[in-house]
Amino acid sequence: MSKEEFTIKEIEQVVVRFSGDSGDGMQLAGNIFSTISATVGNNICTLPDFPADIRAPQGTLSGVSGFQIHVGSEQIYTSGDLCNVLIAMNPAALKTQIKYCDPKGIVIVDSNSFKDSDLIKAEYATMNPIEELGIKQEVLQVAITSMCKESLKDSGLDNKSIIRCKNMFALGLVCWMFGRNLDAAENMLNEKFAKKPQIAAANIKVLNDGYHFGANTHAIASSYKIECTDKKEKGLYMDITGNKATSYGLIAASEKSGLELYLGSYPITPATDILHELAKHKSLGIKTVQCEDEIAGCASAIGAAFAGDFAVTTTSGPGLCLKTEAINLAVMAELPLLIIDVQRGGPSTGLPTKTEQADLLQALYGRSGESPVPVIAATSPTNCFDAAYMAAKIAIEHMTPVILLSDTFIANGSSAWKLPDLKNYPPINPPFVKPEMAATWTPYQRDVKTDSRYWAIPGTKGFEHCIGGLEKDSKTGVISSNPENHQKMVLLRQTKIDKIADKLPELKVIGDQDADLLIVGWGGTYGHLRLVMEMMKKKGKKVALAHFQYINPLPKNTAEVLGRFKKIVVAEQNLGQFAGYLRMKIHGINIKQFNRINGQPFLISELTDTFNQILEEK
Amino acid sequence: MEEIKYDIKDYKTGQPRWCPGCGDHSFLNALQRAMAELSIPPYETVVISGIGCSSRLPYYAKTYGFHTIHGRAAAVATGAKIANSKLTIWQVSGDGDGLAIGGNHFIHAIRRNIDINMLLLNNRIYGLTKGQYSPTSARGFVSKSSPYGTIEDPFHPAELAFGARGRFFARCVAVDIPATTAALKAAARHKGTSVVEILQNCMIFNNGTYENLATKENRAKNAIYLEQGKPMLFGEHNECGLMQDGFNLKVVKLGQNNITEKDILIHDAHCIDHTLQLKLALMENPEFPVALGVIRDVDAPTYNEALEKQIEEITEKKKYHNFHELLMTNDTWKIE
Repeated sequence: MSKEEFTIKEIEQVVVRFSGDSGDGMQLAGNIFSTISATVGNNICTLPDFPADIRAPQGTLSGVSGFQIHVGSEQIYTSGDLCNVLIAMNPAALKTQIKYCDPKGIVIVDSNSFKDSDLIKAEYATMNPIEELGIKQEVLQVAITSMCKESLKDSGLDNKSIIRCKNMFALGLVCWMFGRNLDAAENMLNEKFAKKPQIAAANIKVLNDGYHFGANTHAIASSYKIECTDKKEKGLYMDITGNKATSYGLIAASEKSGLELYLGSYPITPATDILHELAKHKSLGIKTVQCEDEIAGCASAIGAAFAGDFAVTTTSGPGLCLKTEAINLAVMAELPLLIIDVQRGGPSTGLPTKTEQADLLQALYGRSGESPVPVIAATSPTNCFDAAYMAAKIAIEHMTPVILLSDTFIANGSSAWKLPDLKNYPPINPPFVKPEMAATWTPYQRDVKTDSRYWAIPGTKGFEHCIGGLEKDSKTGVISSNPENHQKMVLLRQTKIDKIADKLPELKVIGDQDADLLIVGWGGTYGHLRLVMEMMKKKGKKVALAHFQYINPLPKNTAEVLGRFKKIVVAEQNLGQFAGYLRMKIHGINIKQFNRINGQPFLISELTDTFNQILEEK
Repeated sequence: MEEIKYDIKDYKTGQPRWCPGCGDHSFLNALQRAMAELSIPPYETVVISGIGCSSRLPYYAKTYGFHTIHGRAAAVATGAKIANSKLTIWQVSGDGDGLAIGGNHFIHAIRRNIDINMLLLNNRIYGLTKGQYSPTSARGFVSKSSPYGTIEDPFHPAELAFGARGRFFARCVAVDIPATTAALKAAARHKGTSVVEILQNCMIFNNGTYENLATKENRAKNAIYLEQGKPMLFGEHNECGLMQDGFNLKVVKLGQNNITEKDILIHDAHCIDHTLQLKLALMENPEFPVALGVIRDVDAPTYNEALEKQIEEITEKKKYHNFHELLMTNDTWKIE
């Protein structure tokens, strides 16, 4: 093909999926591509999809790691259903990932890794993988490994280190395809390998060679340009994952409340990155303790809360089970505590690296006794910041444990985030006792407006007191098993939580206010449901979306809003937990359900088909 | 500033509801005495307990108190100490609370060397649940849950504490108030996790479990009070002593076989190697006297101090000290 024939096409969006062995550096390549795309003003949404094993046997089907990036000129809500470009570094990746590739897409494979032995490891029946898999897509066979070796033959690096750079060749090629400038990528590599300049230089060299390979050979008929048309708010932006945004929300809440941040945690996928992030920031006075178990994570946080810190514990489903009894202590002692559950596939060990929304009822009701706890769900990677901040505010100001639900999809996924100005966030006022209260104060004396008790922390003279898990007299605060008092305290604890609704934003309906179908969701599925709603609207369907961030208590206008619509469908990644909860809370409500529980994000096509079908039903 | 002296009354509140004759009464008395003699202000003192008879204790101390959940007191105390290292924290657990359901927190608090005082009230029985064997009950012990005798060996709390790299271990008998007070004061003065094993009787479900140590006379015969730098002598008239015998200890009588005080081992609680201290802690009647007093007391960095130091150092080193500065450490781009 001559240079004259080569074209640059302008496109609105593209989905790229890097896949390879879990040791092939696909997450890094994907991360760099998403960051440099965001840097030029595109919108991004990412989906890391990796196996639970750290290093499954090389070249096998179980060891394939993927990273999908959705880049677009306008608002992006999801990481995309099918990719337009699939990079498969080995036959195992090709075999497991081809199902995620659009039939009209392009597949790039490393032709050096398709030897007979590689095919056998990936359990092919024949020695012709393209035919065997029935691949219809355009397949670009690139000798990535050998070009990478050639590129670094004078680098002085050993063979193993050289081969490790091959992900950068693939990245360079993709950068060329989409007209990405390499400067930002080089900066990221220099930073990542700051302590190993030789490795940084090698990666940068291979990255450039991959780029030039594309440019020189015109590897594909045209390259693409993704314009930035979306008028985003002016300001500074960064790329952020949900777990990092959650960590930042906690740090912001600590600063605004004037309380020191304590995190008691035990490593668990996919929540551990919050512990990693917070552990870095000792210069902000953050105290992170990697405890001996999940229970100690929660119990030590309760101790820290008793002593006056903003106390947090982070976990995923199995850990939430273990923390249950301690959470009940915080309910009974009425201490501020934030429990963050980054949901993964369950029950038990389940699908540790996959996403799911099936801990909702556990968060709401998974405790003994009448044990009301506010439950808040983050809706997107960037929303994790606001959700964590508001969860902290509620916990501290209302003296209660709060459960914040995130999930694997939004925790590991990332998108562009406008750096917040804390001046625009509401204050957080810890309800400390005041010295003048000392004479008449009792531990369970309550603020009449919020019904929450006051916080008297050790070290404060004149407020020595004892609290604990036993029922206490509502007036004196001493142990009481008086029947009337228990009934009163149960109700008080419930009312205290119910009253939080007074401060919550109302539920909003996005889309047609007189829609024929109201789509209802909660938490991390916001992007998918919003996109489907917008797409259906464009096709002339009258649809709307009501997406819940506050689950307990529900926004005060929930019943009124839902009552306005004839058809309602609740879409969630479980067997209908939120749908059931709404039925319990809103008498006589008639709702349909869409439930997928396969560990993967919703598919736009499947949602659209289902909702269209519901619209057509009489 | 003039130091305020506190009286034992300043630490007393409520009416204890333990059974008459329970070791918890005298232990509470000793703890309050220790608090008064240490004169740490009640508002800077925190008593944190788990669940069980002895874990009711915070309700009777006029300090800050937290009666938590079964087994988790050490974890709660850890968080409280890290939140505010100025606090003096007494963590109270029984043998079930501390060594069965709370065993994991017990060993890890000790390993971290968090600066709390762990008080282990050992009556070798579950009292509050009405008489089941505990992790310190002897093999063969008959109880409601072991009607034919237990078929498991007990923990020796000292062995567990030493195994978890414990730096302070003391033992006392609850009814022996002066010695208990002294042990508690030593525990409070020690920086790091201090474990005090308090041997106590349960009148109802395990009466007589420490009969051999219950009275002054019995203790003179059957126990040895270890004192730093002093020879290991015991007996009604200090007529007996401990000597080394190969890798073991042996009981000797002064005057017999030309043995004089010079031949007797000298107690060194500060010795970093715990070999001899463990031998002492594991001594049992009738062959040996039971060791009482501060058996081990060795300095080591505490978790809370190390954390504060690390925060200080990193604060000095890093250039960001608030949320805004943290944000600006990221790769950002500008939309105009």
